[in-house]
Amino acid sequence: MGLLTTTDLTVRFGGHVAVNAVSCTFQPGTLTAIVGPNGAGKTTYFNLISGQLKATGGSVTLNGADLSSASASTRTRAGLGRAFQLTNLFPNLTVLENVRVAVQATREGAHRHGLNLWSIWSDHRVLTKRANEILESVALIDKADSDVASLPHGDQRKLEVAMLMALESQVFMFDEPTAGMSADEVPAVLNLIRELRQDKSKTILLVEHKMDVVRELADRIIVLHNGTLVADGEPAEVIASPIVQSAYLGVVSETKAAA
Amino acid sequence: MFKRLLSNDLPRDRTLAVLLIALLIALAFAPFIFPGVKALGIAAKVLVFLVLVASFDLLLGYTGIVSFAHTMFFGIGAYGIAIACTRLGATWGAVAVGFFGALALSFVLALIVGLFSLRVRAIFFAMITLAVASAFQTLASQLSDFTGGDDGLNFKLPELLSAGLSFSEEPFLGVALNGRLLCYYVLFFTALASLLALLRIVNSPFGRVLQAIRENEFRAEAIGYRVVVYRTVSSVLSALFATLAGVMLAFWLRYSGPDTSLSFEIMIDVLLIVVIGGMGTIYGAAIGAALFVVAQGYLQDLLKLGSDATAGLPWLSALLSPDRWLLWLGVLFVLSVYYFPSGVVGRLREMARDPQSKH
Repeated sequence: MGLLTTTDLTVRFGGHVAVNAVSCTFQPGTLTAIVGPNGAGKTTYFNLISGQLKATGGSVTLNGADLSSASASTRTRAGLGRAFQLTNLFPNLTVLENVRVAVQATREGAHRHGLNLWSIWSDHRVLTKRANEILESVALIDKADSDVASLPHGDQRKLEVAMLMALESQVFMFDEPTAGMSADEVPAVLNLIRELRQDKSKTILLVEHKMDVVRELADRIIVLHNGTLVADGEPAEVIASPIVQSAYLGVVSETKAAA
Repeated sequence: MFKRLLSNDLPRDRTLAVLLIALLIALAFAPFIFPGVKALGIAAKVLVFLVLVASFDLLLGYTGIVSFAHTMFFGIGAYGIAIACTRLGATWGAVAVGFFGALALSFVLALIVGLFSLRVRAIFFAMITLAVASAFQTLASQLSDFTGGDDGLNFKLPELLSAGLSFSEEPFLGVALNGRLLCYYVLFFTALASLLALLRIVNSPFGRVLQAIRENEFRAEAIGYRVVVYRTVSSVLSALFATLAGVMLAFWLRYSGPDTSLSFEIMIDVLLIVVIGGMGTIYGAAIGAALFVVAQGYLQDLLKLGSDATAGLPWLSALLSPDRWLLWLGVLFVLSVYYFPSGVVGRLREMARDPQSKH
């Protein structure tokens, strides 16, 4: 299961309404792309869902359970996993340790979510094995023992996605997963998302600027503009709708014209 | 077997391994290798500081929490034994009451301070611990009926641990087999067990979460860890080990006063030792404590030698006067922090990983 619903989700910063009464239901087995111009409130919407930011109004529910007042860590353990747009890792731990710390956070077992004080970290082989599998899938296994601080930016982006995979969530939230990657690194990450889509119990939310990626992967597109939900539907139909042409694609072509 | 005893966290550098083994041998046979009251006193102080600093490393080096209340817990341990033995007499019952009473008080205080203030930003937590520690220090000197005020408390321990008790008429390898020797070995094995226990804790699944919190608290919370819980557990554990170090100190000195356990100077010493040894390594606490305590104990003697040798050059002789030992200690620290920012252990490990690296 992974039925995520936001109802009238709103956040205000002073007089500015960054996300304005967004109501939306995300079904398991679908990938929803969230598009909109810069500053439309896409990342803020993610922050409200995953609990990094407290909403000023509205609610977030997962499988019917209200998570509106839960902390970010509780929401993650409940099944809401997310990756960050700006890379956000544990720099002086190794690549493997980063992923394993994430595996251990949500898995049940003798490690007791890290509250086991008296066993040796390297003895928890099941966790290490899982972390290695994830590193394999994002082609980072060769760098498992490197410190994260020494990784090139593209590898850090891949690790960011690996950390999300490690959480084994019901809802996966990707915030521009391929931003800042070189062209040859993008396919590995996109393949991972394609594979995840095959699992019909997972709900996937994707913020992405590249329209070709959105067109290929999304089952549904929602459009945010100035914090408000302005369009919602099948990819072809949303992209063609006049409101998106002016609100989103219009803005893009204007910036291009300015540049 | 040996690897497991060290929780799979080996020194990872040959020089460091040699240093640690040398230190272990020196401390294990100190009464036989370094005869004399002063030398044994310094060895015992190394053992006490080793536990105190290693427990602070759990907090500062592994969890990234800056606390100024660490000597408060150290003092609770020392005063716990002192007050119990003064009030209840020199019995094992009194020692047990003092020991468990001190642990319980430290547990409760660390839990309260942790739960109320580990949510706030690091700088505020440091301020709060400073305030609590100062309040506690004042309290200890004001409640003089209980604590002996600024004079502290002299007390007796059960006979088994006192110099008056002899196990054998014949000295063994030139050393009298008495309660004092037994007391030293109680300290030695307590310190060894504590160090191995702390090594185990920092290499557990819990220890890695602490490191993750130190590295990026925001992300640790985002992947599902309730940061305040882990920080509080770390801070309570660290307080309990500091209390144990205080108990060790009281055992050795049979005295407890504000200057030996509660003072802010000791807090600064602990901070320096953990930085010099290498934060976040545990082994650094052992190396740092040995270097620091020995330097503190013998720098004056060394300076006296230097001062006498340079008597022909009055200005140099004056500079090397034993009274200037604090100045030289300060110079040593500035140099060591400048050249080994990651501490002795960190530096040695860096060199082992990358032999070409210079500074």
